Amino acid sequence: MPMNSFLGVFAKSPLKPLEDHINLVYKCGQGLLPFFEAVYAEDWKEAQDTQQIISKLEKDADVIKRELRVSLPTGIFMPIQRQDVLDLLTQQDKIANKAKDISGRVLGRQLTIPQALRSSFMDYLKRCLDATDQAKKVINELDDLLETGFKGRELRLVEDMIERLDAIEDDTDTLQVSLRRNLLALEKDLNPVDVMFLYSIIEWVGELADISERVGSRLELMLAN
Amino acid sequence: MDIITSYGFILIVVAAAVGFLMAWGIGANDVANAMGTSVGSKALTIKQAIFIAMIFEFAGAYLAGGEVTSTIRKGIIDSAYFIDTPELLVFGMISALLAAGIWLAFASYLGWPVSTTHSIVGAIVGFAAVGVSADAVEWGKVGGIVGSWIITPAISGFIAYLIFQSAQKLIFDTDNPFANAKKYVPFYMAAAGFVMALVTIKKGLKHVGLDIPADQGYFMALGLAVLVGIAGKLFINRIKIDPKAQKEAQFANVEKVFAVLMVVTACCMAFAHGSNDVANAIGPLAAVVSIVESGGEIGKKAALVWWILPLGGIGIVAGLALFGHRVIKTIGKGITHLTPSRGFAAELAAATTVVIASGTGLPISTTQTLVGAVLGVGMARGIAALNLGVVRNIVVSWVITLPAGAGLSIVFFFMIKGIFAP
Repeated sequence: MPMNSFLGVFAKSPLKPLEDHINLVYKCGQGLLPFFEAVYAEDWKEAQDTQQIISKLEKDADVIKRELRVSLPTGIFMPIQRQDVLDLLTQQDKIANKAKDISGRVLGRQLTIPQALRSSFMDYLKRCLDATDQAKKVINELDDLLETGFKGRELRLVEDMIERLDAIEDDTDTLQVSLRRNLLALEKDLNPVDVMFLYSIIEWVGELADISERVGSRLELMLAN
Repeated sequence: MDIITSYGFILIVVAAAVGFLMAWGIGANDVANAMGTSVGSKALTIKQAIFIAMIFEFAGAYLAGGEVTSTIRKGIIDSAYFIDTPELLVFGMISALLAAGIWLAFASYLGWPVSTTHSIVGAIVGFAAVGVSADAVEWGKVGGIVGSWIITPAISGFIAYLIFQSAQKLIFDTDNPFANAKKYVPFYMAAAGFVMALVTIKKGLKHVGLDIPADQGYFMALGLAVLVGIAGKLFINRIKIDPKAQKEAQFANVEKVFAVLMVVTACCMAFAHGSNDVANAIGPLAAVVSIVESGGEIGKKAALVWWILPLGGIGIVAGLALFGHRVIKTIGKGITHLTPSRGFAAELAAATTVVIASGTGLPISTTQTLVGAVLGVGMARGIAALNLGVVRNIVVSWVITLPAGAGLSIVFFFMIKGIFAP
């Protein structure tokens, strides 16, 4: 029997895939922790395995991204702008891409982190991943935001969470400055090419937090509509 | 005149059979739209939905279907044109039924969500305007009916918007949504009960032979509303929730309360649907029967024959019982992200609009009203995603239905006329 129903009016919600996507992206970022542990131990076999996991998660996230894009034709009516949803998705996806790039670059050059920097680099990485964690939490509030019609208490709660995300990003900036200063002090004893790559890795790790913050501000704009 | 006296019984049997089939079709196909929101939001299982639909569709048809039946039976056509040739009206009504029935079967086969109301009104206007004379149609009233098709979805959307906003204010946007849901949801139930009871008492019961004075009617409706509210409260208190539930799980518990409310609004929806749509099947039949029974006289005063409303009600229930299960299952599958708190707002708004229209005798489309209500909730930023392409298709199918019903009914009219009165 063919569908003879007005229920076709209800389209697939974009919120659930957005949440699924950021959860995968978050896991992808978390993969950097075991990866850098392997790098610290200079166990390149293990590093390669963990890099594979990161790369696989990034691919999975890409699949969700593509499905969501396809399922959002222009004739869709949502409480949030279609363009905002797509922009948010693009930003989220950049986190996973960045995590993959970082691990790929470090593995490709078998780039070791100087002993003196290791503990502060790990702190810095963890703080940046805190930012992705916060972005994940914010996006996972979308369900509840829908329940409350994108306003009221729940909206204020999310705005507070986004503020916290900004604070975490500020932290990572401070950590990045001190990490760079420490690297500067070590520069003369290191291979100059490695130094250049270390600077770029530090910058990329910082971008994890930057993009997470951008996810938050995209969402903020989306809610301001 | 001779035709009616000699073929009277056959004509009634034919009209009753076609009318019953039409009611059957409404039950099998159309009810799915009325119940779909409840099944889709997982507030009811398919079995429960069928059970509720059977009871309340029949109740709605029998208790509140009279006014719309009168409109279809004698409101669209100016009977002055048929005083000398009552058999033409009989043929016409039978052709209208046949035309609407065949158009619905065809549309269902193709999967178009057409409206039974539109097809029958189109069919009646068609045979009268082309088969008899353009002046035989009460264009003023037809204009009013068609106008109501544009206005009722808007009204229903507006009501849905308000209901949804009120639920947001009272329940969702508070410190303790669950406690507030328990507190306020019984009032929504009582409101649903009040509207249903009031329309039945004020407008419906006189067709069943009961006449209740106005002030008494209000009291009875109020009493029933309070009863519904109390019963709802008792059910809500029985909901088991995890007391340790974190704040994140709060809304899930709130939705459980709304699921109970949806049982009431589903009853309301089935009642509303029965009260409005039964007329599409039995309005023409009622016209045929009253002409034949009076021996060819078209009496405006004639009351509805007692067996007609129950026949329509039974037809709907029979259709539901045989095919409703399958249809509701098909539509229940594809739906996502319609939570009871949204479904309830849409259903309550649509049911209220339809029941009030039934009370005033306006034949409107239940599905159309429901779509209006859903869009209203969407406007309040309550639904994750609505497919406007589908809305457009639905609107197009409604517009096509009018000329299609009219054309078919003209063809049948001349065929039947040819058979009985060469």
